[in-house]
Amino acid sequence: MQANDQREVLLKVENLKQYFPISRSYTVKAVDDISFTIHRGEIYGLVGESGSGKSTTGRSIIRLYDPTDGKITFCGQDISGKMPRDTVRMLRTKMHMIFQDPMASLNPREKVMDIIAEGIDIHQMYSSQEERREMVYAILKKVGLSKEHANRYPHQLSGGQRQRVGIARALIMKPDLIIADEAISALDVSIQAQVVNLLKSIQVETGCAILFIAHDLSMVRYISDTIGVLHLGHLVESGTTADVFEHAVHPYTRSLLSAIPRPNPLLEKDRPIMTYDYKTSGLDYSQGTYHDITDTHKVLGTDADVQRWLKELA
Amino acid sequence: MKDMQNVQHLTEEERRLVGYNADEFVDENFSGHSYVKEIILTLFANKATAISLICLLVIVLFAIFAPMLSPYTYKEINSKTTNMPMRIPVLEDLGIFDGTRKGVDMYAKKGIEDQYHYFGTDNLGRDIWTRVWVGTRISLLIAVLAVVLDVVIGVTYGMVAGFFGGKIDMIMQRLIEILTGIPNLIIMMLLLLAMEPGIPTICLALAITGWVNMSRIVRAQVLKLKSNEYVLASRTLGASPKRILLKHLLPNTMGQIIITFMFSVPHAIFFEAFLAFIGLGVPIPMASLGTLINDGYRSAMLYPYQVLCPAAVLSVLMLSFNLLGDGLRDAIDPQMRSM
Repeated sequence: MQANDQREVLLKVENLKQYFPISRSYTVKAVDDISFTIHRGEIYGLVGESGSGKSTTGRSIIRLYDPTDGKITFCGQDISGKMPRDTVRMLRTKMHMIFQDPMASLNPREKVMDIIAEGIDIHQMYSSQEERREMVYAILKKVGLSKEHANRYPHQLSGGQRQRVGIARALIMKPDLIIADEAISALDVSIQAQVVNLLKSIQVETGCAILFIAHDLSMVRYISDTIGVLHLGHLVESGTTADVFEHAVHPYTRSLLSAIPRPNPLLEKDRPIMTYDYKTSGLDYSQGTYHDITDTHKVLGTDADVQRWLKELA
Repeated sequence: MKDMQNVQHLTEEERRLVGYNADEFVDENFSGHSYVKEIILTLFANKATAISLICLLVIVLFAIFAPMLSPYTYKEINSKTTNMPMRIPVLEDLGIFDGTRKGVDMYAKKGIEDQYHYFGTDNLGRDIWTRVWVGTRISLLIAVLAVVLDVVIGVTYGMVAGFFGGKIDMIMQRLIEILTGIPNLIIMMLLLLAMEPGIPTICLALAITGWVNMSRIVRAQVLKLKSNEYVLASRTLGASPKRILLKHLLPNTMGQIIITFMFSVPHAIFFEAFLAFIGLGVPIPMASLGTLINDGYRSAMLYPYQVLCPAAVLSVLMLSFNLLGDGLRDAIDPQMRSM
């Protein structure tokens, strides 16, 4: 589960800022100066509480929003500003998204066949109707649905099946990066496991990278190679799964980890709970810089803060 | 935490669901009812809707075939047989609608015992039965044409305004406000005075302000739908605005459009009748339900059937459309359909 830095960089986000002006005097800074990289074939888990800017980050990267500032490089091409036609096509075919609510993300008036084929329809990626049908059947099989489902409407499917259709829609274009925006949050726990395993096996099979946005830490730990912790629009800590889960430095990350329930009731009883409140912590995220703890492990904070945290842990 | 890690070491084979073959698997939990089929089933489960649909069908069939089968034409004037009372076969044996007025058999008096004027004749001796169905035909034609124009203009306008939003929407909405600020009737009367009176002119007069309602409903739907995740998904796949509008937004607005259509038709029929009533209707000898009521109303005290017959058809027609619209709204309502 070690992130391999020798692998090619697929996505590089540098100082991404996404502000939403609400009125002349008030601007919501949903994402404020974050940087990270995703390597080819890597699963990057982005965690944080609600309102921390996880989804906004995903949507800015796929250009549903126009980023306020910063640079996003995908497959070696800049996708942050105004893009030439070729780049748009590359972005739209190579990066896809799986949405949170499987019902809302499927058009209720379209059959599964047409929903899944939308991408290849738009980009004319088949030569005959026969080929189109075969492509859809192949992808249905890959996500664990049967051919018969192709003629259904979304309301005739169960929650897990709908999410599989959403995954199939993203997969049919053979993307290099899939952004799974809380893809499992709306599903019940047994279905979550199915879908996460599906994502994982797809990642192994196709070698695509996944940006896995979630708030369920145990799921993120299970699936991710690398993890980024977002808080109030800042990336407070990032590193490999082992870095973040076993050697967490930032107090916010440590408080998050302390909130995970233990399966063992004896341990659960004595689980220490750390509280963290940004307002009373005396920290100012905008003053901090990234400090390398190890090659892969980064923490946001001022020099003094980081020294103090490391001393606390030692 | 240790348990979680153990799961990761399961092999691919161990993770697979037992006894599951994707190719042969048929999920029977959800029946394969199509969307249209479900709507039709719900529609007929509602008695009022079913009855109104049948009424509507009967009226439309009569409007098409009754004038063809009638021995009279709508414009044939016969000065001998003016203001004849109603005479209907079969019913005349029961003593009602037997062509008598104050005990005198008018048909025998005029020496035309072999003729039947089901709804009687008017003061020019024209057969009202034929005129009512020709009038229904004209009224329906005008209403449907006008509302189709409404739909074409209103849907396009509403979709463009709702989808592109921002400045475009702002300007388009102000235009609508200016248009609705001028009283409807004045626009119509000016138009009817400026142009040759006739079916196209009346359609235009009805459509010129009628589309506003449709465009508002469509715009509201598009505003609601365009931030839906399936539209976002389509955008991340690189869909053009045209594709999103036609493939995603239009089909999902269709229910609302049909319902509005159903409620607009009786409104247009009524407005046409109203225009006819104030003397801006189709030119004589052409008949519409409005002109017939207008004619009949003048002698309503003496020959009430002359106004009651077209008025009854108009009422049933409007009621049927309204009830059908109501039933359709219940059947199509997307809120109930998402499970």
